[in-house]
Amino acid sequence: MRTEDLIKALDADARGKAMPMGKAWWLAVGVAAVIAAAVFFTTIGPRPDFMPAMHTMRFMSKFVFTLVLAVSAFALIRALSMPGASTRRAMAWMVAAPLLVVLAVVLELFAIPQADWGRRLIGSNMMICMTFIPLIGVGPLAIFLGMLRYGAPTRPVLAGAVAGLLAGGLAATFYAAHCFDDSPLFVATWYTIAIALLALLGAIGGRLFVRW
Amino acid sequence: MTGKDEAELSGLLRAAIAGDERAYADFLHRIAALVRGFVRRKVVQGGVDPEDVVQETLLAIHVKRHTWRSDAPVLPWVFAIARFKLIDAFRRRGRRIEVEIDEIAETFAEPETETVSERDINRALEGLPPTQRSVVSSISVDGHSIGETAAKLGVSETAVRVSLHRGLAAIAKRFGRQ
Repeated sequence: MRTEDLIKALDADARGKAMPMGKAWWLAVGVAAVIAAAVFFTTIGPRPDFMPAMHTMRFMSKFVFTLVLAVSAFALIRALSMPGASTRRAMAWMVAAPLLVVLAVVLELFAIPQADWGRRLIGSNMMICMTFIPLIGVGPLAIFLGMLRYGAPTRPVLAGAVAGLLAGGLAATFYAAHCFDDSPLFVATWYTIAIALLALLGAIGGRLFVRW
Repeated sequence: MTGKDEAELSGLLRAAIAGDERAYADFLHRIAALVRGFVRRKVVQGGVDPEDVVQETLLAIHVKRHTWRSDAPVLPWVFAIARFKLIDAFRRRGRRIEVEIDEIAETFAEPETETVSERDINRALEGLPPTQRSVVSSISVDGHSIGETAAKLGVSETAVRVSLHRGLAAIAKRFGRQ
């Protein structure tokens, strides 16, 4: 088939309309949030003292970390799914969440006597944390990988890993409402491991499924 | 590649997405020429047929045109796709060459046979279900319109459009999997 002939066929198919990528991402993140919420509320749900806990800095700081991660990963994955889009600024914003966590860890180390560091780090919930963040995040991750297939990421493995970070940020936001361990020492350790697991899964998914 | 090109081409693609078929044909012809130049400059040794990469890029541009933001410049988008498809072609060639070494050993002693340089797209076309294949080749190779194809095959124009759309999507997908 000559290229001329191919163009005739493409031109005849010009009418087909697909949802623009930017809009589709908003839809996807909405659906993913609903799925994550459904899994969260039907399994562990928020902790009983959720309302009073909202007045403590440590409890609220967890949402700052997870939401900053989710928002920065969302901006980056949108850019990564559209060829030629500049990713530099979105990439730079990815350090925001880790920086905030590091800052909070340093403050925590000053605020807490050294004898308590170990207890705060181990917490009481680490297995639940490591189970439920991936469990809440796996549905959203599948949706985001599907979105990458719908898009055209020129770096599929990286895009898949960022899909995992976005799913992780979203899942951790819900999970944080359940978890009793509010210390940044706990969050920096176990949340990070759980989210990294989703990022790894996303990278593998990007490698295997995101072909176009 | 100038600012004028950029403005004209993004204008054409915007018009095409709004439903202007002539603008789309114009856009595709000009993009094909630009991408052909780009690919030929990059492919200096044999092994990769530049025209295969041009065709694959055009198909990807077509099935992924919803990934272009209509307020963004169009050429960076086009060349990012072309670069991706070119790298893909090199990767595939690496794989194919390993296969061919064994084949050469077997066919060495045989009398010379005519080798036709097969287009990758033909292989993908042959893999389509019969209806999609006849619709796609009627419109492309034979140059018939949607209406003529519908009359020739005895189906509705809508059915032709659906088969064409699915056929092109399947060909684009097959390119990516090879």
